Amino acid sequence: MSRLLLAALLAGVLLGAQAQVTVARPDIPLSTEQEARLAELLPDLRCLVCQNESLAESRAPLALDLKYEVRGLVASGRSAPEIKQYLVDRYGDFVLFRPPFDARTWLLWLGPFALVLLALGVLLRQIRGSRRAVAAAPPKPVDDAALKKLLDE
Amino acid sequence: MIPELGHFALILALGIAFLQTVAPLLGYQRRDAKLLAFASSAAQAQFLCIALAYVCLTISFITTDFSVAYVAQNAHTDLPMVYRVSAVWGAHEGSLLLWMLMLSGWTFAVSVFNRRIPAELSALVIAVLGVISTGLLLFMLLTSNPFDRLFPVPLQGRDLNPLLQDFGLAIHPPTLYMGYVGFSVAFAFAVAALITGKLDAAWARWTRPWTTTAWMFLTLGITLGSWWAYNELGWGGWWFWDPVENASFMPWLAGTALIHSLAVTEKRGLLKSWTVLLAILTFSLSLLGTFLVRSGVLVSVHAFASDPARGLFILIFMAVVTGSALTLYAWRAPKLATVGELHLFSREGLLLLNNVFLVVACAAILVGTLYPLVIDALNLGKISVGPPYFNAVFLPLMVPLFVLVGFGAVVPWKKGKSVETWQRLKLPALFAVAFAIVVPLALHGRAALLAVTGGLLGAWTIVAASQDVWRRIRAKPSFVAGIASVPRATWGMTLAHAGLGVWALGVAFVISYGFEKDVRLAPNASTEIGDFRFGFVGATEAKGPNFIARQGEVTIERGDHSVTTLYPQKRFYPSQRNVMTESAVDATLLRDLYVSLGEGFEDGSWSLRIYVKPMIRLIWLGGVLMFLGGCLAASDRRYRLAKAAERRLAVDGGAQAA
Amino acid sequence: MRYAIPLLVLAVLLGFFAVGLNRDPRLLPSPLIGKTAPSFELPVLALSTAQAADAAPARLGNAAFAGKPFLVNFFASWCAGCQVEHPYLMTLARQGAVTLVGIDYKDADADVRQWLAARGNPYAPILVDLDGRAGIDFGVYGVPETFLVSADGRVLHKHVGALTPEAFEKDFKPLLGAGS
Repeated sequence: MSRLLLAALLAGVLLGAQAQVTVARPDIPLSTEQEARLAELLPDLRCLVCQNESLAESRAPLALDLKYEVRGLVASGRSAPEIKQYLVDRYGDFVLFRPPFDARTWLLWLGPFALVLLALGVLLRQIRGSRRAVAAAPPKPVDDAALKKLLDE
Repeated sequence: MIPELGHFALILALGIAFLQTVAPLLGYQRRDAKLLAFASSAAQAQFLCIALAYVCLTISFITTDFSVAYVAQNAHTDLPMVYRVSAVWGAHEGSLLLWMLMLSGWTFAVSVFNRRIPAELSALVIAVLGVISTGLLLFMLLTSNPFDRLFPVPLQGRDLNPLLQDFGLAIHPPTLYMGYVGFSVAFAFAVAALITGKLDAAWARWTRPWTTTAWMFLTLGITLGSWWAYNELGWGGWWFWDPVENASFMPWLAGTALIHSLAVTEKRGLLKSWTVLLAILTFSLSLLGTFLVRSGVLVSVHAFASDPARGLFILIFMAVVTGSALTLYAWRAPKLATVGELHLFSREGLLLLNNVFLVVACAAILVGTLYPLVIDALNLGKISVGPPYFNAVFLPLMVPLFVLVGFGAVVPWKKGKSVETWQRLKLPALFAVAFAIVVPLALHGRAALLAVTGGLLGAWTIVAASQDVWRRIRAKPSFVAGIASVPRATWGMTLAHAGLGVWALGVAFVISYGFEKDVRLAPNASTEIGDFRFGFVGATEAKGPNFIARQGEVTIERGDHSVTTLYPQKRFYPSQRNVMTESAVDATLLRDLYVSLGEGFEDGSWSLRIYVKPMIRLIWLGGVLMFLGGCLAASDRRYRLAKAAERRLAVDGGAQAA
Repeated sequence: MRYAIPLLVLAVLLGFFAVGLNRDPRLLPSPLIGKTAPSFELPVLALSTAQAADAAPARLGNAAFAGKPFLVNFFASWCAGCQVEHPYLMTLARQGAVTLVGIDYKDADADVRQWLAARGNPYAPILVDLDGRAGIDFGVYGVPETFLVSADGRVLHKHVGALTPEAFEKDFKPLLGAGS
């Protein structure tokens, strides 16, 4: 493959998928504190065109655009909830990797912890029940003779 | 000719699988020993057929026979030989054949190592496995035949997805499937026990090595997958909470719970119905994973090309297999109730607690993975549940689990004594606290909360887990005699638990002290991250067997010392017009330096992603330790001795007859 | 009874999966439906090089289209789906049932001129969204995307992917009279 063709292919493909135009945009300088806020925000935002990546991870053109957009919003002093709302207004809740706590998601957020309590409750009842059962009827030995032999081997 | 042979072998296998199901069941009903004995022969014949089909497909790939549609879609004449062999499982149809090969392989193993198991039980186990085989073979032949021909024959193939052209990924699916599919044996044992109603400590003992073996392969498979993603996806992540990863992690968690509850059932004869349920659930979660990956109901990084017809078939298959097992369970399990005293502060009590946290963690992942689907099905809109959710829910559930690991190895069966336990655990606890405070400060100069917590739990797990082995060795006159006296199962458990601790240390440190930077550098410019200076020399051309690439050169210095030079690549695969990021990593036990190329610009500058990842190797080392622990535990002499005893019994019987 | 709980859970899950099989997890509903369309003001594409050389291009915004329902079609010369829907857009333009506003998304002017020259121009005006900012305001995540905006300026419907006659007849046509 000729050098020229290689360069053309790489330029075409690497500078954005197909021949999508990438506009040169001015850098948006951020303070250290703003950089930290941006870094905290990006993993919570979903790239819409990728299969399952956050804006922090993705290199898809739309993700780069949105990242630049979010950077601009951070620079303009908007808070994290405001920025999230800005994106939700345009793309819907799908854009949030951390779903908001509301009527639809309380089961999602509280379910696992309720399940721990439930399981612990069942376990404790089981344990208490086992003692009561043992007290009521002395158990026959669990292992029969043949089994004992197997286990001793 | 060869593809037809493979196709024919699959059809033959379907017939055999059907007989393998029906004959033993009839035999069980009619008490017919001949029909029961047929199970083993059928299992072995079925394995031979599937293996033949598998070899046929592999030959088609090696010879790049593009008249086979599946080969034409996933191979290319430029594809290197090793990837031609691994391309067999590179997409839906072939990976299903690999699934089948594993399943028939496990069934074959059951038919060979079943001599000490009652003939009736072993035949029923093989019959249940036959049901699964029949379903999958029907699925393959009706919707996903890898031997379908293509006409007209294309001159060139579409090539294997470049993402999959990596050694890690070449071996990741086989190990993963070995694990996934291996849980079918535990499932079959559980269903067979529900059919016969005989479920005792011996049953648990027979089931244990199969479960442990499947578990250790799944552990290795997940570890390899994580390692692959880290190297190939180009942004330094090692776990994504992607639906497909969750699909492999859920059976792992359930399988881990199963291993522990099997121990209780074997030693104390308790928890029978719970153990059986776990065995059913573990394999059902494997099936669920297959459904999620292949049906396209969820958005995922690794999903196969999806097809609703396939999704529907797997759904029905899942309904039949899991549904009938759970119906049997609802009917028969009440009879399995056992009377036995249970104390919370005993080994079995703690193992039950361990089960609580493992199963709830598994349920949390299930809920998070399926929630978007449920919300959508209820017409409540589209939402995403991503890593922030899983981290927030999963990590807190792991904390009590790690605390328990330390106790579990020390507290005796039946009833523990708190004074004795404290005597044995005070030193490990003290050590863990000291470690958690000193090590983060010494290595990184500041104590992040997560690093201290992770250090505490990791060190505690490792030291407390080693306690048992240490005590056994000390009890012997010499160190060597001591080491020899420790049973392999104990070594296995200790190693696996220590692996868990090592993993926790890795996770805590890499999250707490990792650096990352997304930076655009002109040639000969440099940037500083942590103590390191990364200099970008420039990018040049490079060429591989089936790709062309831009290769960056990045020198790394620390102070005045040169550390290393890395060559990350941005590859272009002409066959699929695909661009791939090939990151470059300099790895030591204490830290990884990781560079990947982003976008190139016309002035010769590039955007680079640079990561410093402290102790990330420990994450995979932990996985490997758990795998090795599983190897040791599964090969414990108890399981082998029972076989010798069986043989002795046979000889005695022969003598008497004479 | 409690031994039947796992079976019940399975049944519920299978039900959800059966529904899920018929949904596309990647198809996103637009939160803009029923709301006022995002405001935009974009340069009009010059249809010939000579025209482009002339003074600064005119700019058009929402106000220019008020009073009549119109379609906003995000497209680009580099997008495969746009080629697929293009013949149908030509048909729509010939029928003249609705104004078709094209927004050329992240595309080089020269490329799109060539593309239109080869295929014909169905759009009333074409506006240029070079950096994709208007696309972000409309929540565009994959061109082509087509929005129906009512006479009073509200978004009534969004279609993702190539526009088909079936989709237009079913989802757009009934809404054309609304909001006037």
